[in-house]
Amino acid sequence: MSFLKVENITKKFGNQFALNNVNVEVEKGEMVCILGPSGCGKTTLLRIIAGLETSDSGKIVIDGRDSTYFPAAKRNFGIVFQSYALFPNMTVIGNILFGMKQKSKASKEDLEIRALEVLRMVDLFEHRNKYPRQLSGGQQQRTALARAIAISPSFLLLDEPLSALDAKVRNKLRSEIRSIQKELGITTIMVTHDQEEALTMADRAIVMNNSVVEQSGSPRDIYNNPSTPFVAGFIGSMNFIKITKGEQAIRPEKICLVRHSEQHDYTALIRAIEFKGALTRINGLMRDKSEVYIDLSSQEFDSMNLREGATMFLRLPEKCLTSYSDSLIIEEPV
Amino acid sequence: MIERMKQWISRINIGQLIVLCFMLAMMVMIMVLPLFSLFARAFQSNAEEFVGLENYQAYFRTPALFRSIWNTIDISLVTAFFSTVFGFLYAYALTRTRIRFKTFFRYVALIPIFIPTVVHALGLIYLFGRQGVITRMGFEIELYGRIGLILSQVIYTFPQAFLMFFVTLEYADGRLYEAVEAMGVKPLTRFIKITLPEVKFTLINVIFVCFTLAFTDFGAPMVIGGSFNVLATDLHTQIAGLFNFSMGAVIGTLLLTPAIMAFIVNRITNVANMGAMSAKSTKLIIKKSRGRDVFFFILCSVIAFCFFALIGALALGAFTTLYPFNMTLTLDNFRFNPAQGGIGSFFNSITMSLITAAVGTVFVFAYSYMMEKTNGLTALTKIGKLFSILPMALPGMVIGISFILFFNTPTNPLNFLFGTIGILVMANVLSFFSVPFLTATGALKKLDKEFESVSDSMSIPRWKLFYRVSVPLSFPAILEIFMYYFVSSMVTISALVFLYNPTFRVASISIAHMQAAGDIAQAAAMSLLILVVNVAVRLLYELAMIFIKYKTKRRES
Ligand SMILES: Nc1ncnc2c1ncn2[C@@H]1O[C@H](COP(=O)(O)OP(=O)(O)OP(=O)(O)O)[C@@H](O)[C@H]1O
Ligand SMILES: [Mg+2]
Repeated sequence: MSFLKVENITKKFGNQFALNNVNVEVEKGEMVCILGPSGCGKTTLLRIIAGLETSDSGKIVIDGRDSTYFPAAKRNFGIVFQSYALFPNMTVIGNILFGMKQKSKASKEDLEIRALEVLRMVDLFEHRNKYPRQLSGGQQQRTALARAIAISPSFLLLDEPLSALDAKVRNKLRSEIRSIQKELGITTIMVTHDQEEALTMADRAIVMNNSVVEQSGSPRDIYNNPSTPFVAGFIGSMNFIKITKGEQAIRPEKICLVRHSEQHDYTALIRAIEFKGALTRINGLMRDKSEVYIDLSSQEFDSMNLREGATMFLRLPEKCLTSYSDSLIIEEPV
Repeated sequence: MIERMKQWISRINIGQLIVLCFMLAMMVMIMVLPLFSLFARAFQSNAEEFVGLENYQAYFRTPALFRSIWNTIDISLVTAFFSTVFGFLYAYALTRTRIRFKTFFRYVALIPIFIPTVVHALGLIYLFGRQGVITRMGFEIELYGRIGLILSQVIYTFPQAFLMFFVTLEYADGRLYEAVEAMGVKPLTRFIKITLPEVKFTLINVIFVCFTLAFTDFGAPMVIGGSFNVLATDLHTQIAGLFNFSMGAVIGTLLLTPAIMAFIVNRITNVANMGAMSAKSTKLIIKKSRGRDVFFFILCSVIAFCFFALIGALALGAFTTLYPFNMTLTLDNFRFNPAQGGIGSFFNSITMSLITAAVGTVFVFAYSYMMEKTNGLTALTKIGKLFSILPMALPGMVIGISFILFFNTPTNPLNFLFGTIGILVMANVLSFFSVPFLTATGALKKLDKEFESVSDSMSIPRWKLFYRVSVPLSFPAILEIFMYYFVSSMVTISALVFLYNPTFRVASISIAHMQAAGDIAQAAAMSLLILVVNVAVRLLYELAMIFIKYKTKRRES
C-alpha cells in the first residue's frame, strides 16, 4: 500500500481552480517530483498535503490514516521553501535546534549531538555558528534542508528548493539532496518547474498542467511515452510533424539524417545550427513551412558536412512516431 | 455541508481563536460600546429617555452654541490653508532643493510634536500677550480669540502637514521628473504639470487632516480661546460645567463629522496613492539653482526661527523671576505649586505615558500579528482590521466623553476603572492606535510569509514563534511604537480632561490650570520639562536604532 495518497483533491480560489480532482500516490521511500508550468497548482497541492492549506473536497491519506483534517503539526513532515524561511536571528545550529527541541523530549546534549550529525551530513559543520545572512545561497538551502530533516520527519516536502540558486550550485545540490534522500530512505515530494531537475532526481515524476495531473510515471517512461502533447512538449523537446498519415510527434534525437533521399524521406531547409557541446541541434524548415528540430551527436554532425541554407533529408523511423490525433493542444518544442 | 463544517472546525486553532476573540472584545469594550453610548445619548434626554432629534433641535435653536460651529470651521479652514502651504514648502525645500542643514531643519520641524497644544498657546502668550516679547517691541495683535487660535493651530498642525508631504516627495517616483527636466520645461510648468499631480492625493489628505486636528483640538482654545467659543470648549462646558451630557453628546457627534470625512478621504486616497509610490523609484538628482536654494533656505530658517522663538520665550519665562519685570535668573519656577498638581503631575504624566506605551505596544503589536498571520477565521480578522483603522477618526474629546458615558454608569461592571489611571491608559491606547498599527503591520509584512508554515511543520506553537522570531525581528518597529505612544501620551490633553481624577493630574492639564491660576512662569517651566523628556526619549530611540543597525550588520557580514 502506498505511503501517501491524495484522492480527488479539488481546490478553488474564488471561482478559479487551483487543483481539479487531483490524484497522487507516493510509495514509502520514494522521491517524487511534481513538475509543471507556473501557476498550475503545484505549491497548492504541496500545501494541502502539508495541511497548511485546506482542500475544498477530497481526501489525504498518510501512512494509512485519513489525515485530511489533521493540522500541519500532526502530520510529521519536514518542509523546505523556495525562500528557505530561515530565522535570521538564529545561527545555523540555532535554526536546527529550534524545531528539534519542540519535537523531542531528548536531553539538550543528545539533541545537539544529533544536530551536529545532521550538519555534517549537509556539509555545514564549520558554518554552524553563522547567521543565515552570512551564508551563501547554497549553504542557506542546505541549512533549510538540515532543519527539515533534523526533526526526523516521516516525509519531506520541498517547494522549488533550488530555484533561487545559480546553475552550477543547483547541479551540485541536486545530487546532494538525492543522495541524502536515498541515505535516509525518506519519502520525498519535490515541486519544481525545471524538467531537467525532475528527470535527474525523481524516482517518479508527476506532470501537472492547468490544475490537473497530466501524467505520472518514471522519468524514463514519461520521456519515452508522453501521454499528451503537453507532456511531450514540456518534458524534453518534441516535433509535431504533418505527414501523410496525419500529425505525428517525434523527439528531435529520433530523427535520422540521411545523405541520399529515398522514397519515404522528407526534405528540409537548414535554418540554423546550434552547437551544444556533445550534441548539435539543427533547426530546419519543412516543405509545408513547419519547423523541425533535430539533435545529433556533434561527432556525427562533423562527419556530415552540413551548412546553414543547405537542404537535408530526414528519415522518421516508424516506431518512434506517436500520434495525438484526438488532442487539441499543440506545444512548440523548446 | 457537514464535510465543510468538519473541515472548518478541524482547521481552527483554539488558541488562535481565543486570542483573536480577546483582542476583538477589547476593541469592542474600549471603542465600540463607548461610541454606542455616545450616539445613544445624543438622542436621549438627561434622564436617559429617548427624545429623537430634540437635542439637536435644541442645539441649533441656541445661537450661542450654534455660533461655535462657524467659529470652529472658520479657524480650521484658515489653519488648514496655512499649514498646508507652509508644510508643503518646507517639505519641498528638504526634498527637492539643495539647501544645507536639511537634517537640522527636519528635526526642528518636529518640535511642536513634543509639547502639548496648551504649550503652543502658552508660548504665543509669551510672544504676543500683553507683556509679550513681540508686543513690547511695539507689534500688537489681538491674541486671545480667533487670531491666537489660528496661530496656535498652525503650529500644532504644521509638523503633520510637513511629514505627510515629506514622505510623498521623498518617495514619489522621480524618474518622470528627471525626464521632463531633461526636456527643458520651465520650472513653473514643471511644478504644475509634475509636482502637483505627484502630491495631489497627499495634498487632499493634508488639508483634511489639518482641518480635523484644528477642528477637534481642546488645548489651545482652553488657554487662548478667550470669548471665541469653539466646539471643543463648548463640549467641555456642557460636560464639566453644566453636566448636560445629552448636549455634550450632540456636540461630540458634531466633532466627529469632519474626522469621519477625513477618514473616508484618507481611505480613498491611500488606495489611489499606492500606484504612485513605487518601491524602485530612483533617487532624484536635484539640479543646481541658486535663486531657488536661497529662497527656500530663508523660508526654512524663518520657520525654524519661529519655533525656536516659541521655545525661547518659554525658557525666558521659566528661568526668570517675574518676566518682564524682574529678569533675575532663577530656578524657583520649577518649585511647582501643589494646588495645580505640582511636580507630581509631571511624574504622573511619565507614569501614565510609560504604562500607556508598554500596554499599547504589546496590544498593538499582538493585535496586528493576529490580523496579519492568522490563518482562516477571515470573518474575524476582517472585523479586526476595520476596528484597527477606526481610531484614526476618533478625536480625543470624543473618546473622553464616550468613556464618561460608557464607563461612568453605576450599572457598568467596569465602573471601578473610572477615575483611575487605568481609564487614562485605555483612552490613550485607543486614541493613538492607528499609526502604531500601521507601523507594526508594515514590519510584519516584511517577514517571510513561510515562517508560520515552517514552525507549524515543526509543531512550534505560534506564541513561541511570535516571541522568539517575530518580536526580535520587528524590534525597530516595536521601539518606534513605544516611542510614539510615550510622546503622544505625554502631550495629550483632550481625552484626559474628562477622565482625570483631581488627585491624579497629568502635566498637560496642570499647565493649563497653572496658566489659568496666573502661575504662568510655572506653566512654562513645566512645559520645558515635558519637552526635555520627550526629546530625550526621542534621542534614546535614535541611539537604540543606531545600536540595532550596528548589531544586525555584524550578523550579516
Ligand atoms: N492564496 C491564494 N489566493 C488566490 N489564488 C491563489 C492563492 N494561492 C494560489 N492561487 C492561485 O492558484 C493557482 C495555483 O497556484 P500555485 O501557487 O499552486 O501554482 P504553482 O504551480 O506553485 O506555480 P509556481 O510555479 O509559479 O510556484 C494560481 O493561479 C494562483 O494564482
Ligand atoms: Mg509554487
